Amino acid sequence: MDILNLYNELQAYLLIAALLFGFGLYGIIKNRSLIGILISAELVLCAASVNFMAFNRFLAPDPVVGQIFALFIMGLAAAEAAIILSIVIAVYRNYKSIDPEEPVELAG
Amino acid sequence: MTPLLSVEGLAGVVFLGFVLIIILGALVATHAATLIRAVTGLALCLVGVAGVYYFLGSPFLALMQLLIYAGAVCVAIVFAVMLAEPQGVKKFKRMHPLAGPGAVAAGTLMAWGLAALAFKTSWPKAATRLNTGALDDVGRSMMTTFVVSFELISLILLVAIIGTLVLGRRGRSKA
Repeated sequence: MDILNLYNELQAYLLIAALLFGFGLYGIIKNRSLIGILISAELVLCAASVNFMAFNRFLAPDPVVGQIFALFIMGLAAAEAAIILSIVIAVYRNYKSIDPEEPVELAG
Repeated sequence: MTPLLSVEGLAGVVFLGFVLIIILGALVATHAATLIRAVTGLALCLVGVAGVYYFLGSPFLALMQLLIYAGAVCVAIVFAVMLAEPQGVKKFKRMHPLAGPGAVAAGTLMAWGLAALAFKTSWPKAATRLNTGALDDVGRSMMTTFVVSFELISLILLVAIIGTLVLGRRGRSKA
């Protein structure tokens, strides 16, 4: 395979997205702070966007849909990040820690 | 084999550089000892993804990625780190012994499965393309086909702003 022509291969982009998703999942499970989990979740969302854009570029009959979907994912991710960060700060104010084990009493 | 010193060859080199940036950034974001380094890794990774968007034929998305993700979201996370863990994360006492290997196993399994799916499937190409996917096509489609979703996104952003303000306000008086 021609390594300098990888940017014209659909599989290269799908591989990048799979790697990003794997890193994100690994970080979500391993991380011991709420903000770290949020950072890993952003990686997962990014992987989804890359997949949408790759299919949009190579396969879609209408090459606008993927771009619009990626834009919507960006908007939702921004809203989600803002809400999660305010929840993290509220948790920190009450428990003086951002360890996800601390607010476990909220589970009822 | 594409010659290295041609436009295509140099574009391939730049693409490989972006892929390297993405992998490095993701490694830093998941392995960093302090949260602020993890945010830096995330920003690096998102800049790499913006470059990949450029290669996917959408400079507009690349610009939005830089503005929204690498700009706004990362700055918001840095603010939260400053407010919540100003002296760095404390060493967490409880760590399940299976958490590390389990996380590695889940991540590799998922990435391997997705990659295998990507390589095994024969992806059918579209017979015709309706347009070129340029920015004016995106704008026209956003204002016609996807106008309801567009309005809903603005509603969600409004709800998110109000919710964030309420959550941030509560408990301030007693703290």
